[in-house]
Amino acid sequence: MPVISYREAINQALAEELERDPNVVLMGEEVGQFDGAYKVTEGLLARFGPRRVMDTPISEAGFIGAGIGASMLGIRPVMELMFWSFYSVAFDQVLNNAANVRYMSGGLINVPIVIRGPANGGTNVGATHSHTPENVCAAHPGVKVVCPATAYDAKGLLKSAIRDNDPVFFMENTILYNEKGEVPAEEYLIPLGSADVKRQGTDLTIVAYGRAVINSLKAAELLEAEHDLSVEVVDLRSIRPLDEETVLASVRKTHRVLLVEENKPFCGVGAQLSYIIQSKAFDDLDAPIKRVSAIDAPAIYSKPLEDEQLPNPQRIRNAALAML
Amino acid sequence: MAQIIDMPKLSDTMTEGVLVKWLKKEGDAVKSGDMLAEVETDKATMELESFFDGTLVKIFAPAGSKVSIGAPLAAIGKAGETVEAPAAQTPPPAAEKKSAPAPAPAAPPPAKAAAPSAAPAAPAPPPAPTSAPLGGRIRISPLAKKLAVQKDIDPAYLTGSGPGGRIVRADILAAEKSPQGRLHTGPVQDDELVPVSNVRSIIARRLVESKTQIPHFYLEVEVDAGPLLELRARLNASLEKDGAKLSVNDFILKACAEALCRVPAVNCSWEASAQPAIRHHSAAHVSFAVAIDDGLITPVIRDTNSKSILVISNEARQLAKLAKDKKLKPDQFTGGTFCVSNLGMMGIERFSAIINPPNAAILAVGTTVAKPVVEDGAIVPGQRMSLTLSCDHRVVDGATGAQFLAALRELLEKPALLIF
Repeated sequence: MPVISYREAINQALAEELERDPNVVLMGEEVGQFDGAYKVTEGLLARFGPRRVMDTPISEAGFIGAGIGASMLGIRPVMELMFWSFYSVAFDQVLNNAANVRYMSGGLINVPIVIRGPANGGTNVGATHSHTPENVCAAHPGVKVVCPATAYDAKGLLKSAIRDNDPVFFMENTILYNEKGEVPAEEYLIPLGSADVKRQGTDLTIVAYGRAVINSLKAAELLEAEHDLSVEVVDLRSIRPLDEETVLASVRKTHRVLLVEENKPFCGVGAQLSYIIQSKAFDDLDAPIKRVSAIDAPAIYSKPLEDEQLPNPQRIRNAALAML
Repeated sequence: MAQIIDMPKLSDTMTEGVLVKWLKKEGDAVKSGDMLAEVETDKATMELESFFDGTLVKIFAPAGSKVSIGAPLAAIGKAGETVEAPAAQTPPPAAEKKSAPAPAPAAPPPAKAAAPSAAPAAPAPPPAPTSAPLGGRIRISPLAKKLAVQKDIDPAYLTGSGPGGRIVRADILAAEKSPQGRLHTGPVQDDELVPVSNVRSIIARRLVESKTQIPHFYLEVEVDAGPLLELRARLNASLEKDGAKLSVNDFILKACAEALCRVPAVNCSWEASAQPAIRHHSAAHVSFAVAIDDGLITPVIRDTNSKSILVISNEARQLAKLAKDKKLKPDQFTGGTFCVSNLGMMGIERFSAIINPPNAAILAVGTTVAKPVVEDGAIVPGQRMSLTLSCDHRVVDGATGAQFLAALRELLEKPALLIF
């Protein structure tokens, strides 16, 4: 099976969907002539031409709004945000318009738009460029939020996102762009709302998404090597829709759950998961639910401090040990 | 003019009562015959009946308060009437006055000189300061708690191995495998001083009196319970359709009444006075000890000697239920002439009971034990029941007691005699 990077996997997904459906278009700042700020759209302008791959002005509210309007008339725009941090410039378009058009039109108008781009900290780019808004976005009924952790998942999920008839917010991670993984040559789709057990275990369940999955897997290796503990890692892959059943099944198997996310703790995804787990699997819990998240402060500019602010394998390991 | 309801004397040994619960509240209309409150005496909890019509205008004794006989409990008058708590017959001790104006202080009358043995009517002591519970809530995970219930393991006996000493699933599973896991390692209980109930204090006083004033001696026999068990099984088989069931104790009560008829010298009481006398009782009123919350009580089956086993059985069952509900009336637990205490159902083989004054004797009944006995020189399996008679030597001598036990043995070993 070919081994390709997370970046290449997304590029393949975009190319395949541009090829498959003439209504699919790409728009964003520097997605065309510059091949994408992070080279995710490399070669696509040359291959599909300027009617399918369009550079936009530096105006998120303007081009996201244009994409939403186009999507209401049958186009399937895939919009790139150079950083998801800039979604707030287009907040009204993203979370007021895109999220509500189908509902407000009584189901007559769909908004099959994908908004994608990196949403992560850990790259020493400062607080205004390090937002992780998956929890803010997922709080809005009408949208879907996807956070892939691997190349395989990124490709399969993005293809499903482009074919989905609702707004899908696809949150990537610049640190993962160069991570390589096996990706089949033949076409495949991963349905939105299906979690994936990335590692089987019996003593503790870690639930994570995005890069936190990768760090959780590293922590699981440490726990096995150092303490002979068997840790299960569940990758949510999609925050909304949320695959509760896979999470609950794992909790019922290991009876302990540690929630890991790179987001801030307050009103984070882990807060919602904690509620769901205690509500539906209370009698299966052998320990209180614990969370590891970013330390509750704006993204720290100092690189060594930022590395500690985000969940790293050591912090995850220590939190797990405190529960056992 | 409002009528003042005083704490009545509800039993002959009562000096004060606890107002357990008001059944009416201030402002309620009250008719003669209505139940006003529940009062706990030294013997039982009884309902306090109104003899007046009107409105309950004022409650002087709040629920839970200890009130001496004759002290005011409440006033019944016209709606809206204001009533002051009447002064007690004699002024209360000075010490009582400094207490803060409680909602409705019932001025306690002084202890009557005629009742020197009664404890002074002191106000209920405040609850002793207790140390904070050492354990408090048990720290246990939801899963472990559920497992503990399923496996019938008491988590209070476990030491948790989880973070902060939390009991987790592994502890329950370990406890299931090892009986040591059930051993208690924490404190036995909280270190505290618990004030005793009326029932408890009367038991304490009367038993100290009995054991210190009555010269007890003890006689013991072991009877063959085989025929009795056999007869009981046969009778119960035929009584089953009527929903009746005879207990071993029913036979013993009947046998005691019959034995008292045969040896009436035991059916007597010592009466201490300037001219000591022994009262001979014309009827055998056999009482039996019933364990109740925080004590025991001895309901009486009147004229046991003239009642059939079936009647005795029904009465005993009803009295035991009333006793456990604390609903016995004074005439249902006073006036016994002989007492039976049976710990057989709790597996006790033999014991010696303390005489219940003014009885002259008490019979302690043990459980029936299967054991080898020698019969005609051969060892055969037997069903043996131990009977221990405690006697007041002022009334009953050894020979008299022995005659009584011999009669009892004959009746129990030939139990058909009991159903004539």
